[in-house]
Amino acid sequence: MWAYFTRRLIIAIPTLWVVITVAFFLMRLAPGGPFDQEAPLPPEIMANLKAAYGLDQPLWWQYLNYLGNLLQGDFGPSFKYKDFSVTELIAQGFPVSIQNGAAALFIAVLFGIPLGATAALRQNTVTDHAAMTVAMTGIVIPNFVVGPLLALIFGIYLRDTMFALPVAGWNNGALPNRILPVICLALPFIAYIARITRAGLIETLRTNYVRTARAKGLPFRTVVLRHAFKSAMIPVVTYLGPATVFLLTGSMVIETIFGLPGIGRYFVQGALNRDYTLVMGVTILAASMVIFINLLVDMAYAWLDPKVRYE
Amino acid sequence: MTSVLEIDGLTVSFSTPDGDVSAVSDISLSVDAGECLGLVGESGSGKSQTFMAALGLLADNGTATGEIRLDGIDLLSASEKKLNTLRGERIAMIFQDPMTSLTPHMKIGRQLSEVLIEHQNVDTKTGWARALDMLNRVHIPAAERRLDMYPHELSGGLRQRVMIAMALMCEPEVIVADEPTTALDVTVQAQILDLLTEVKDNLDAAIVLITHDLGVVAGLADRVAVMYAGRIVEQGTVGDIFASPAHPYTQGLLACTPRLDVETEELITILGQPPNLQNLPSGCSFHPRCTYVVEQCKSERPALEVMNNGHIKACFRPHVEA
Repeated sequence: MWAYFTRRLIIAIPTLWVVITVAFFLMRLAPGGPFDQEAPLPPEIMANLKAAYGLDQPLWWQYLNYLGNLLQGDFGPSFKYKDFSVTELIAQGFPVSIQNGAAALFIAVLFGIPLGATAALRQNTVTDHAAMTVAMTGIVIPNFVVGPLLALIFGIYLRDTMFALPVAGWNNGALPNRILPVICLALPFIAYIARITRAGLIETLRTNYVRTARAKGLPFRTVVLRHAFKSAMIPVVTYLGPATVFLLTGSMVIETIFGLPGIGRYFVQGALNRDYTLVMGVTILAASMVIFINLLVDMAYAWLDPKVRYE
Repeated sequence: MTSVLEIDGLTVSFSTPDGDVSAVSDISLSVDAGECLGLVGESGSGKSQTFMAALGLLADNGTATGEIRLDGIDLLSASEKKLNTLRGERIAMIFQDPMTSLTPHMKIGRQLSEVLIEHQNVDTKTGWARALDMLNRVHIPAAERRLDMYPHELSGGLRQRVMIAMALMCEPEVIVADEPTTALDVTVQAQILDLLTEVKDNLDAAIVLITHDLGVVAGLADRVAVMYAGRIVEQGTVGDIFASPAHPYTQGLLACTPRLDVETEELITILGQPPNLQNLPSGCSFHPRCTYVVEQCKSERPALEVMNNGHIKACFRPHVEA
């Protein structure tokens, strides 16, 4: 198992290299550059700027230079946030995003799985339909609607009550500031997890081995928890892989609505500003997380299904 | 002999979008301790559903009426809680498909021992020791090693042995074996039948053997009940049924069984299709396929009629002893 784990980590290096290379050249294919503005800069200033950042060199040289710097842990300076290096920007923003994302993930699992399991155990009853309607609503209403709505309710309507919550800002991670963004982030994931849990459990409850377990005279609770639950969780774990990456790398929408200093916005702003180094930085971060979390998901499969063995 | 399991006027129906379908219609059966009853019929004749009802394992859209008494206790009216004290402990079932009937993510030892732990309050250590004991009794080689294995690490035959061991854990009074050999290779089938014979000889349990294979019944059963379209059409000792079948359906089934001692060019079949339960033929359900059909069969359903020695049949045609 550990040999397999190590091998997967080593294989991750060429994968990352491919991601870096493709991202690097794709970024450069996009028209425009980091210093283009509405009013064009005088050519001399532009030339100087480009020279300062090494953009006057041939592309292959820039690429090799970038790789060389990366190997020394240097992600380069941001082209847009001129006083910061990419490492500094990520170091500031990532903790905010990862804390909100982890909290949202925790809440999504904590509520989503019991909700889906309840619906599955009361299949086709009012409880089931109610739970699935709520879940569907959670999926179809986009969070740029839910966010302002929550802000309206807790920031305006309930302003003078004990339920009033700040609607924007990070405030050094004060708990009240985190509540609305985390709820907003978690809602669609609660919904998805509930639906997948329900489907997985309903399918498992129909299997022959659940029938065997019932024929043994085990209480239904034991049948569900001991015999059905693990297999039912396989699709949930599959979904949790990409969901975790999405949540931990921050959501531009949520961070913009609630004014949070996370890294979510860098993905979009970096690309729009042609902030080459920043885009590369967040891409490498996201790609590393995808690789690592997929590895964790594969390990979880081995735990859920003994047929899966890694040599 | 007293009957441990008595089925009285059992009807099992399923509600479907196209209306209610009766899988089992008003059947009565009983099994004595130490006796093996063979329940024979085609797919869909209701033989499995009869005992699914007994164990409270009908699908959600199924309902059972009538009575099924285990040592006097009515299983159909028992609460889920009461039923759980009986299932596995006093009545156990061996299922058809050993490949999918064991929980894939639990070790064999745990799946066996949990029956005892649940019903007899033993600790884990005792449970596993008894599980090992039971695996040895069903002749699983290297039993100690198997306890720590997962189902996918065992062959089909071994898994069926595990299923049998599981049913025997609490030494129940009634063991229902639902097509225990159907999913297995022919050579493995023979081994499992030998094992069931051994179980029958060594335990005083009543065994119900559900099968479509008369050959299986011949070797194991004391009495045979033949089901067709949800009803029992003939019942008698294994000797009577094989030597002198009274119902044309039973005769057809026997004629279909390939025999080594009779030379035939082709395999004999019963003409026609098994009936659609949603739209049963009038009168005797078997009449469209019957060679001896007369007008009466089309309008009137024959009642079960006792001949001799407890041999009963549901057919208007007078029985001529062979």
